[in-house]
Amino acid sequence: MLQIPCPWCGIRDESEFSYGGEAHITRPLNSENLTDEEWADYLFMRKNTRGAFLEQWQHAQGCRRWFNIQRDTVSYKISASYKVGEQPPQGMGNEK
Amino acid sequence: MNMSKYSIFSLAKQALNFHEGWGKVWRNPEPKKHYDVIIIGGGGHGLATAYYLAKNHGVTNVAVLEKGYIGGGNTGRNTTIVRSNYLWDESAHLYEKSMKLWENLSQDLNFNVMFSQRGVYNLGHSLQDMRDIQRRVNANRLNGIDGEIVDADELKRRIPILNTSRHSRYPVLGASFQPRGGTARHDAVAWGFARGADSLGVDIIQQCEVSGFIRENDRIAGVETNRGNIGAGKVGIVVAGNSSVLADLAGFRLPVTSHPLQALVSEPIKPVLNTVVMSNAVHGYISQSDKGDLVVGAGIDSYNGYGQRGSYTVIENALAAIKELFPVFSRVRMNRQWGGIVDTTPDACPIIGESPVKGVYINCGWGTGGFKATPGSGYVFAHTLAKDQPHELNQAFSLQRFSTGRLIDEHGAAGVAH
Ligand SMILES: Cc1cc2nc3c(=O)[nH]c(=O)nc-3n(C[C@H](O)[C@H](O)[C@H](O)COP(=O)(O)OP(=O)(O)OC[C@H]3O[C@@H](n4cnc5c(N)ncnc54)[C@H](O)[C@@H]3O)c2cc1C
Ligand SMILES: [Zn+2]
Repeated sequence: MLQIPCPWCGIRDESEFSYGGEAHITRPLNSENLTDEEWADYLFMRKNTRGAFLEQWQHAQGCRRWFNIQRDTVSYKISASYKVGEQPPQGMGNEK
Repeated sequence: MNMSKYSIFSLAKQALNFHEGWGKVWRNPEPKKHYDVIIIGGGGHGLATAYYLAKNHGVTNVAVLEKGYIGGGNTGRNTTIVRSNYLWDESAHLYEKSMKLWENLSQDLNFNVMFSQRGVYNLGHSLQDMRDIQRRVNANRLNGIDGEIVDADELKRRIPILNTSRHSRYPVLGASFQPRGGTARHDAVAWGFARGADSLGVDIIQQCEVSGFIRENDRIAGVETNRGNIGAGKVGIVVAGNSSVLADLAGFRLPVTSHPLQALVSEPIKPVLNTVVMSNAVHGYISQSDKGDLVVGAGIDSYNGYGQRGSYTVIENALAAIKELFPVFSRVRMNRQWGGIVDTTPDACPIIGESPVKGVYINCGWGTGGFKATPGSGYVFAHTLAKDQPHELNQAFSLQRFSTGRLIDEHGAAGVAH
């Protein structure tokens, strides 16, 4: 079981959280002008990185707030935890 | 290579030699400079693709590149359930094609894949479950797929150790039953297809990891590997949990996320369960292998993962479900537990067809339930690679469906991991 650091509550067991997948996906503002391919890219295509990955969790059975962490998807080691709206760790921008 | 055909006579002859004379089952060649088709991934699906390329389409200048050993991925880690009772026409036809191939596979490959049609039950625990089961079984029958609806009393008669008490937390109200469903021996499937492909001239190259793609004039020209560059006319990516990694290297995106999926086996016990029982609602599935161990499957971990292991809570939940369904197993000890990495898609259906890169084809997204599809998947993917266009059975499963919106929602029939 993962030990997940909630930025508000500290480290808690994974079973208190629910998963939200890839972080920093921005909803396109001009959706009426998008092609079907661009819309599909936003809706369905995912990074699914092998290695350092930025992802969203919700502390469903705690403070109920959403936040982001940086986790290695091979070793499962968590190296950063930050609030929604805050910048990801250095060099981990939301480039596609 | 001069490969001997397996038969009762070869068995008797080898028995007289104390089984020391059996030859190698496939060659171990050095990679050539160039192949007409390179298949990346030596799981069941990749090996089946190579086999049907050679057998059905006469394409024999083919290599299967496997980074580890063949069958060492999900092929050798799954709980081996085979069935074809999917809801929608597209998937029903695809999985049923596979079922038909399974029914003759041991003969076709001259290799015993131990396909055992012991039947598969999908339990219903609520009135809505039962309505969904009725709808699915009726849809199956309209597609010529066997299926029946069984009520709780009849279930109890057929599976006496199943807990059908009205007082359990999620009472069993009935089930769908597919008599032709069952199990097969996973390793044997990889070995049988490898042996078949090899004997038709396919090179199976293990410990060969693809780390990049070589392009010429916007078309694929080969792959980079830890054993050097290898030229290719066409490339098929069949790497299950690592699909996004390879797509990334080739320069396109997939609607796939990779998750750990876990399973366990118990100590061997005497025969006690002669069929396969699965439950969507409480999320567990179980069968008994010929060796006697109970094979139990859990759910996927919610998070993305490539580590071939998952969290303990997930297997705890699965075992709690199994214990509720089969109280008699409450004191059976579990021997081993492991995880594989499954590639899930938004509509719980595979992606089989061309990629945005010319000459590169992809077969992925089988998620938690692709073992049953191994022969069918190889059959249609070989057709797609050989003819540069999909077989009618995989036409609907293109990557484009995510832009056109023509998704095939199989979450109901694929909902339990199997
Ligand atoms: C615990 C568990 C239980 C399951 N139970 C069932 C079940 O009961 N019924 C069912 O139908 N399905 C089940 N499945 C799903 C099924 O196992 C998969 O859908 C199926 O095996 C995928 O087939 P494959 O042959 O393509 O995958 P794999 O066997 O995983 O083959 C992919 C291969 O690609 C190789 N590879 C990856 N990257 C590279 C690279 N860069 N270069 C070269 N090679 C590479 C890997 O090493 C691997 O051998 C289960 C899966 C798991 C994990
Ligand atoms: Zn919290």
